[in-house]
Amino acid sequence: MADDEIILSELSDDDLVAQMHNDLYDGLKDEIEEGTRILLARGWTPYDVLTKALVEGMRIVGIDFRDGILFVPEVLLSANAMKAGMAILRPLLAQTGAPKLGKMLIGTVKGDIHDIGKNLVGMMMEGAGFEVIDIGINNPVEKYLEALEAEKADILGMSALLTTTMPYMKVVIDAMKEKGIRDDYIVLVGGAPLNEEFSKAVGADGYCRDAAVAVETARELMRRKHNQLNQA
Amino acid sequence: MSESETDGNAGRLLVIACGMLAREILAIRRRGQLHHVDITCIPAQLHFEPEKLPGAMQRAIRKAKARGYKTILAGYGDCGTGGRLDAVLTAEGVQRISGPHCFAFYQGMDAFAAREADDVTSFYFTDFLVRNFRTFFVEPLGLDRHPELIDDYFGHYERIVYLAQTDDPELDHRARTAAAWLGLAYERRLTGYGDLEAAVRGAAGRS
Repeated sequence: MADDEIILSELSDDDLVAQMHNDLYDGLKDEIEEGTRILLARGWTPYDVLTKALVEGMRIVGIDFRDGILFVPEVLLSANAMKAGMAILRPLLAQTGAPKLGKMLIGTVKGDIHDIGKNLVGMMMEGAGFEVIDIGINNPVEKYLEALEAEKADILGMSALLTTTMPYMKVVIDAMKEKGIRDDYIVLVGGAPLNEEFSKAVGADGYCRDAAVAVETARELMRRKHNQLNQA
Repeated sequence: MSESETDGNAGRLLVIACGMLAREILAIRRRGQLHHVDITCIPAQLHFEPEKLPGAMQRAIRKAKARGYKTILAGYGDCGTGGRLDAVLTAEGVQRISGPHCFAFYQGMDAFAAREADDVTSFYFTDFLVRNFRTFFVEPLGLDRHPELIDDYFGHYERIVYLAQTDDPELDHRARTAAAWLGLAYERRLTGYGDLEAAVRGAAGRS
């Protein structure tokens, strides 16, 4: 064993959480799994492990990605490490009744099979306390409508990577209008070729340029929705 | 720059192209003996940061106009800019090749549209992308250091479709090898230069 090797189980809680932030940054999946188990064994609630160790670590990753310090491969490794930690926490979170901010249905539009961004958004939304129903890739309008109704979601998130597929978001939103259900949902859109102008043009409630913005936008719009309901 | 230099460019066509098309546009120029066509390129790597492309194009156009070019063709599709490239081109009075990306205009817009639904799970290669597979894909995507990420990037794809501009057995072999490394089926379509050639010749005819 190298002298400078860090033994996670010998670290204090604060040092372990700081080390987990570093390990998430470096995409070290095994270390994140180990750190998650250690914190749980020390009596941490699953919610605290999620928010203080994993989500905070990914928040730092997100900032450095936005600022051009980290690139897609590094973010993917970090996300895969966080996913491993969340796999341990998810069943425990369900048992312990962690706070839920709302329910999001998320999927990539028809003709598009790209899901890296969508998966990141889904994971960060879940980490932030939203229940996330991921309907995957290449979704026709019927699938969105069926899933929205079946899941009783608060938020619809649509993703597209291609210039040729992003107009399909309008098809979905127009179909929601036709059915008279558009205003029942918060609709968020995202993906590399999109922008704010496009989001407004297709009738979405918000454009999310990255996962962190998606979380903040969802929080803000859910808060407004609750305020409106309370005033009604 | 002297006045005679800028005057000399007035009757010429400048193609401001993606670096991915440089070799092909030069070949079209050679084949068509389009001696009054000049080409300047914007780095192909901007495909990884499409939000920077409209600005880079605007700077290139303004530089070209300052050098006296009156006729300019943008050697791009929309290329993931979501209409932002077109906004710049419209403002500058510059036309581009029709289509969303080079994969569409290499196949021809009609052929691309006819196959679009079947090609949803196809990842396209071109001559450029085969030649530069390592520097354009493997290294920027981190697959040299982390081949375990192949599934994250390509997990939903089923096949590589190599849209070949030239009939080159060596490139065919390299494309097939790359497809195998990615764990995908392989298909080759010899497209030639497709609509790219007509676009360059058409613009050359107007200059």
